[in-house]
Amino acid sequence: MAKYQDELDPITGRMELVEGDNVTFHDVTEAVARPIEIPSSRWWIAFIPSVMLLGVYLISIAYLLYMGTGIWGLNNPVAWGWAIVNFVFWVGIGHAGTLISAVLFLFRQKWRTSINRAAEAMTIFAVICALQFPTFHTGRPWFIYWPLPLPNQMDMWPNFRSPLLWDVFAVSTYFTVSLLFWYVGLIPDLATMRDRAKTPIRRFAYGLFSLGWRGSTRHWVNYEKAYMILAGLSTPLVLSVHTIVSFDFAASQLPGWHTTIFPPYFVAGAIFSGFAMVLTLLLPVRAWFKLEHIITVKHLENMAKIILLTGTMVGYAYAMEFFIAWYSGNPYESFAFQNRLFGDYWWAYWIMVSCNVISPQFFWIKRIRRSVVWLFILSIFVNIGMWFERFVITVTSLHHDFLPSSWDYYSPTVWDVSTLVGSFGLFFTLFCLFVRYLPTVAIGEVKSVMAIANPHHHGDSHGEHH
Amino acid sequence: MSKPIKKKTYGLLAEYDSARAVYHACEQVRDAGYKVWDSHTPFAVHNLDKAMGLGPSVLPWIVFAMGMTGASLAMLLQYWTSAIDYPIIIAGKPYFSWQAFVPVTFELGVLFSAFGAVFGMLGLNRLPMWYHSLFNSERFLRHTDDKFFIAIEARDPKYDPQKTRELLERTGAAHIEEVED
Repeated sequence: MAKYQDELDPITGRMELVEGDNVTFHDVTEAVARPIEIPSSRWWIAFIPSVMLLGVYLISIAYLLYMGTGIWGLNNPVAWGWAIVNFVFWVGIGHAGTLISAVLFLFRQKWRTSINRAAEAMTIFAVICALQFPTFHTGRPWFIYWPLPLPNQMDMWPNFRSPLLWDVFAVSTYFTVSLLFWYVGLIPDLATMRDRAKTPIRRFAYGLFSLGWRGSTRHWVNYEKAYMILAGLSTPLVLSVHTIVSFDFAASQLPGWHTTIFPPYFVAGAIFSGFAMVLTLLLPVRAWFKLEHIITVKHLENMAKIILLTGTMVGYAYAMEFFIAWYSGNPYESFAFQNRLFGDYWWAYWIMVSCNVISPQFFWIKRIRRSVVWLFILSIFVNIGMWFERFVITVTSLHHDFLPSSWDYYSPTVWDVSTLVGSFGLFFTLFCLFVRYLPTVAIGEVKSVMAIANPHHHGDSHGEHH
Repeated sequence: MSKPIKKKTYGLLAEYDSARAVYHACEQVRDAGYKVWDSHTPFAVHNLDKAMGLGPSVLPWIVFAMGMTGASLAMLLQYWTSAIDYPIIIAGKPYFSWQAFVPVTFELGVLFSAFGAVFGMLGLNRLPMWYHSLFNSERFLRHTDDKFFIAIEARDPKYDPQKTRELLERTGAAHIEEVED
């Protein structure tokens, strides 16, 4: 065990959240702010390919707008193709950010402070990517405002009984609240950047967005209350969002979709995939920006444990779906699940199971939880697996429904592929810009969980006396 | 227009090196009976508001009112559009099928609450305020890095340039300066 001994906080006896001997508040500010002020040329190595992928996305969308959704592989039974798969995939990615920022905050998990900023940024960018797909899937995206209850010349209103409309409200609320939460968290750190700024442009830009923040305790009282309330609001919100996304499927009559397990199963899957994406993004960031003492191995290990937990829950849900399909005695339901395992898309199903159920089980081993290489590889597997989960749910249920005469096989076109790949370009471009211009770690929050932040801290040599 | 500008004093600004020092200093300033003063810290120091004698935030009431407004408006909107303005039978359900209206009601309740929390917080804090007298102090720039400050304003009835400075010296301030308004 001594091999994995973490540094311990002298007062609480728990592990130190910022590693190193006598790290000061100023050291934390420097560690986070310096890579923004003196950018490394390596940033371009990530940024240029991202922008190229973004170009692929823009070309795909331009051609889509010119030709229509016929360029995608949609056909008659499978009218929900990759657009919906990608939508659910990206929304799910976002959920880990909210889990870290809100749920772990309510549970007083102090280790979240090192990773919450980047994870919340990831949430916002993932939801931006997600919103692209239903927008363009409408075929006429210039009418995307139709789901809003706006008075119009036809005197008609949206159908508030439709899960698709609930989704519009859920995802747009989720995006707005995530953005507000992220911005509120950023205000004190933007003030830090403002006060360090050496150039007029930086001083103006950071100054404008930090709103004149001056760290007043009278402000902190309201600020901390607002932060707590936003965390309390985001927690049921994030659960509601993927629940409502799952209603898009579960409220239909289709075998394979019409199940009550969908809401919890979707939420667990969302957190699972989101944490994998947090690892995929943060492993390079902490290495390139030399933040290993702030985003420590212990942080990575904690995330691996959450991936193990939620991955196992997802595996349980897969098993329970099969049990209910058999136990219900419903021939259509049983067929839908046999078709998943052994039907036309058996390969997709088995990719999903190996990536989502088997790969997280490696995290039982402590050495793997603490190995950067293993974490990175397994996080990629989980990302792939969770994309395939949405593919399996959407396509296998649709392509063979009740009537064999309407069955068909669905395959994507090159435009489906380029839109998905391109959406990663959008995501990575936004993330690159974020790490370039904004503090990647919540500077103020990390300081507040250091031992020296405790007003009753007496320094290392004195110990406790109260 | 070239009248000499009369310099006014904003107050005294004391600097401290640690969260612990500013915490005990705040207790002493509070006990000395000052009212128009504040402390400035790079992060929310735990319980510093109590050391300053501040009451709780009223923000939760704003959020509650906003949340209830949002949820009520959402339910009313759905009721009015589905049952009054354009009643239409969908899937054999009643016009006012309130169970189906719960998700949108919930979402708009959360959305309005979040607006209440963020804009309420900014309003209570009178932010944005891009100019503030304290920004005239060069040393104050480090309040967002690693220094802790107490500012006692000249408006305070107990303020006295000499006595207030002595009080701050007794609290163990590392540096004390007068800030212009």
